[in-house]
Amino acid sequence: MFSKLPRSALPRTVARSRFISSTPSRNSDALFVHRDTPYNNPKIAFEFDAENMKRAQDIISHYPPQYKKAAVIPLLDLGQRQNKGWTSISVMNYVANLLGMPPMRVYEVATFYTMFNREPIGEHFVQVCTTTPCQLRGSTEILNTVCEHLGGIKPGQTTKDGKFTVVEVECQGACSNAPMIVVGDDFYEDLTPKSTKTILDAFKKGMKPKPGPQSGRQTSENSAGLTTLTKKPYGPGEFCQPEFQ
Amino acid sequence: MLRLVSTVSRPTSTGLLGKVVSTHTPQCSSAFSATCSRGADITLTVDGKEVTVPQGSALIQACEAAGATIPRFCYHDRLAIAGNCRMCLVEVERSPKPVASCAMPAMPGSKVFTNTPLVHEAREGVMEFLLANHPLDCPVCDQGGECDLQDQSMRYGSDRTRFHEITGKRAVENKDMGPLVKTSMNRCIQCTRCVRFANEVAGIEELGTTGRGNDMQIGTYVEKTMDSEMSGNIVDLCPVGALTSKPYAFHARPWELKNTESVDVMDAVGSNIRIDSRGVQVMRIQPKTNDDVNEEWINDKTRYAFDGLRFQRLTTPLVKQGDRFVPATWENALTAIAEGLTASGAKGDEIQAVAGHLADTEAMVALKDLVNRLGSDNLGLDQPGGNRPPIHGVDVRSNYLFNATIPGVEKADAILLVGTNPRHEAAVLNSRIRKSWLHTPVEIALIGERADTAYGYDYLGDSAKALADFVAGKGAFADKFKNAKNPLIIVGSALSEHPDGKSMYNDLANFVEKNKERLVTPTWNGFSVLQRVASRPAAYDVGFVPSQRASTTKPKFVYLLNADELDPASIPQDAFVVYHGHHGDLGAQLADVCLPATAYTEKATTWVNTEGRTQMGRAAVSAPGVAREDWKIVRALSEVIGTPLPYDDVLALRDRLWEISPTLVRYDTTEATSVDVALAGLKLIASQTAGAKAVGTPLRRPITNFYQTDPISRASVTMAQCTRAFVKGENYGFSEVGKGSQAAFA
Ligand code: SF4
Ligand code: FES
Ligand code: FES
Repeated sequence: MFSKLPRSALPRTVARSRFISSTPSRNSDALFVHRDTPYNNPKIAFEFDAENMKRAQDIISHYPPQYKKAAVIPLLDLGQRQNKGWTSISVMNYVANLLGMPPMRVYEVATFYTMFNREPIGEHFVQVCTTTPCQLRGSTEILNTVCEHLGGIKPGQTTKDGKFTVVEVECQGACSNAPMIVVGDDFYEDLTPKSTKTILDAFKKGMKPKPGPQSGRQTSENSAGLTTLTKKPYGPGEFCQPEFQ
Repeated sequence: MLRLVSTVSRPTSTGLLGKVVSTHTPQCSSAFSATCSRGADITLTVDGKEVTVPQGSALIQACEAAGATIPRFCYHDRLAIAGNCRMCLVEVERSPKPVASCAMPAMPGSKVFTNTPLVHEAREGVMEFLLANHPLDCPVCDQGGECDLQDQSMRYGSDRTRFHEITGKRAVENKDMGPLVKTSMNRCIQCTRCVRFANEVAGIEELGTTGRGNDMQIGTYVEKTMDSEMSGNIVDLCPVGALTSKPYAFHARPWELKNTESVDVMDAVGSNIRIDSRGVQVMRIQPKTNDDVNEEWINDKTRYAFDGLRFQRLTTPLVKQGDRFVPATWENALTAIAEGLTASGAKGDEIQAVAGHLADTEAMVALKDLVNRLGSDNLGLDQPGGNRPPIHGVDVRSNYLFNATIPGVEKADAILLVGTNPRHEAAVLNSRIRKSWLHTPVEIALIGERADTAYGYDYLGDSAKALADFVAGKGAFADKFKNAKNPLIIVGSALSEHPDGKSMYNDLANFVEKNKERLVTPTWNGFSVLQRVASRPAAYDVGFVPSQRASTTKPKFVYLLNADELDPASIPQDAFVVYHGHHGDLGAQLADVCLPATAYTEKATTWVNTEGRTQMGRAAVSAPGVAREDWKIVRALSEVIGTPLPYDDVLALRDRLWEISPTLVRYDTTEATSVDVALAGLKLIASQTAGAKAVGTPLRRPITNFYQTDPISRASVTMAQCTRAFVKGENYGFSEVGKGSQAAFA
């Protein structure tokens, strides 16, 4: 097996067993600093529209006035929704301004939570769960299916037509219906490669498939049929003393 | 995420005053922990030793008190507790895991062990994780020799690595924080001391942490320099070499340096400093802890302006011949002055002496004695209107000193700033006000030019009218001030230079007089003048001010002692001018003879700060060329002009200082003026300014460029870069090309 390796590789690997400091540098996956770009810079104006403004005021009113900065996460989310699914620097600045907090405190929140996308995303945001329970139930296959079906993109990328962005995410709390993907705000569960394709195709056509388990289950009940609660549960008063019936 | 005090109790400094009733009492000046140490003491056992500490202390403090050293990175006793480095683990009886002693309150009766195998193993584990991502670049790291990580790894580090991560070490890009702070973010261990300092003490809320977990970074997210006059302190705080000093980069190693403890003269706070020198050069200036003055901080001018000591120095006496300066010997120069004095025909008050910003007390006393002996009272100060007697007089100390004292600021529960921006006039004091603003419900108002003070304030106006309204009790703040227990009025030194100074002093004196039961009591004097120039309090103490008669005399002979701020037009064309100082700045240009003297790092002299605290500076390096100590120059000159002064050594001169005012030789303490004297002083102001009419000229801040206020900072390259970066907002040329143009300003 070693004969297949290029000659020079062997001694090097051996030499590497004593690490001096020749390790490559590892950059973080997401950029945690802001770079001005034509599509994302503080000069691009952002403002809540009338409807969101009303919701924002409502959210802010839930907190005591001196702690209104507690509303930062819901407001960022609102901003992200209004801003085509991603949180631009202008959204952050706007929220900071609205809540009267230093912009840096908002940047800290927005960079901490991975659900704030700080780069533009496609129309449909496909998040594939690859955490252990899903992985055991075949999420690797689902991820591959999604990527291939969307034209061979890699997780983290957006399709050329700007319709889909695929990312890998950690557990979404739907393990009992693993494997699953999230498209936009909806969970699609109990997936097979086939049902995954169907879902994506529907989205491509501009339709919205029915969220939830795709296997015919209602929720996360036993797929092999019920083992308990098989009979109609008894109603109020049944089996009671006559005077209580 | 960080637990930041500022995010909890106060809104941003820019948003003015959202009131929060804090649970902390104003008396809580302790920087112990987030909780106030009040009430009972508690007793616990550390390594078998019983210790008693105030309730609310952190466990780490109890351990310290018991003499056990606890390694630490994130804990700093003047900052909020973060508890994120885990280096301070100790074992506590009946606790299943080792606990972080900085984040754990000391509990009565608990048994703590700081030196068990478990503790060692835990700390070794923490250290291994910290080093996993830390570059091995100690030989080229400026922190080497004074690095907490380096030191502690000698004790807890492993000698071989288990790091086999194929993806490599974490790599973080460096941040551009301006001309003072150099970053090497790969070395950062995310202790967040810098972030806490910036947010709590300095009031720059732009620094923070982005990202999470292994990817967490320190920075500003958007590209932005750190615009604060306190930024240099994060270099001291950073336990590793992630933040180092840019001007000092690769200049010296700590073990090569000689440390001299001295006093700063860049402002009138008198911050305690440690001058680190190598050979004849000052390599850097560090703060020295003094809880009564500067705590542990110094401002950037104090820290970085010393490179001005290398440029533009006067190293040899110069005598003007035609329009050129010709080097001369001391003998020739002094004789030239004696001849010039005779030739000018100056008699009595026509002989003028002007004391500048950096004049030391000894020199001022010697010069005053000399000028007095020559029959003149014409002693000017280097400030607008400095040739007139000051409005507040110099007879009563409390009329021109910061009577509340610097630590006393934290006791105040209502502060009125009149004609001052403490952020630029006394940056370290300003951070105390900010501290108090963050932790207590103190009310602050400003009369004067609007300024970003790093805390919120009620803006009352910018002229005498606003003050008159306040005194008359108009406005919400006047009411709050009435109800305050420890009200404080901070009067800027620029007020006495202002055309309306008289009327405003009159208003203030009457107001304080009227409210004396709260403003002037045996324990509290709320009338405080904030001087901005190091030499000024001493000048007033020794009476370096002109008499009324002298102030109207046209001088024929002018002796400029470190005076570099004056208006050249104020010196008569035909007068004979002597400049005595250490820099070839403005004063030297006007002179007929220049006498080279020593700068503050080169002499052991007395300085009096704005509170009236006398402190002794010490000589760290020798003077360049043939420069001589200031008072010796005056003494030598007195000999040459035939009126010798009666002291031959500095001790005799200090006896003279004692004669003038005993406070000048009582070091490191402040002496409160008694209530009666203070009130008499206020009466004096009131009677001397009675009937003054205000013309309504707006108050302007006296310092427009914090970074260049005296000959040293004007000669400093670093301060010039700061001016370009922070005052003018230019790219200061240190960072890579093309950067900064896209700077995103939120
Ligand atoms: S830069 Fe230094 S002070 Fe700031 S978090 Fe990193 S190690 Fe701590
Ligand atoms: S592991 Fe996929 S939802 Fe929990
Ligand atoms: S010093 Fe206690 S956790 Fe850092």
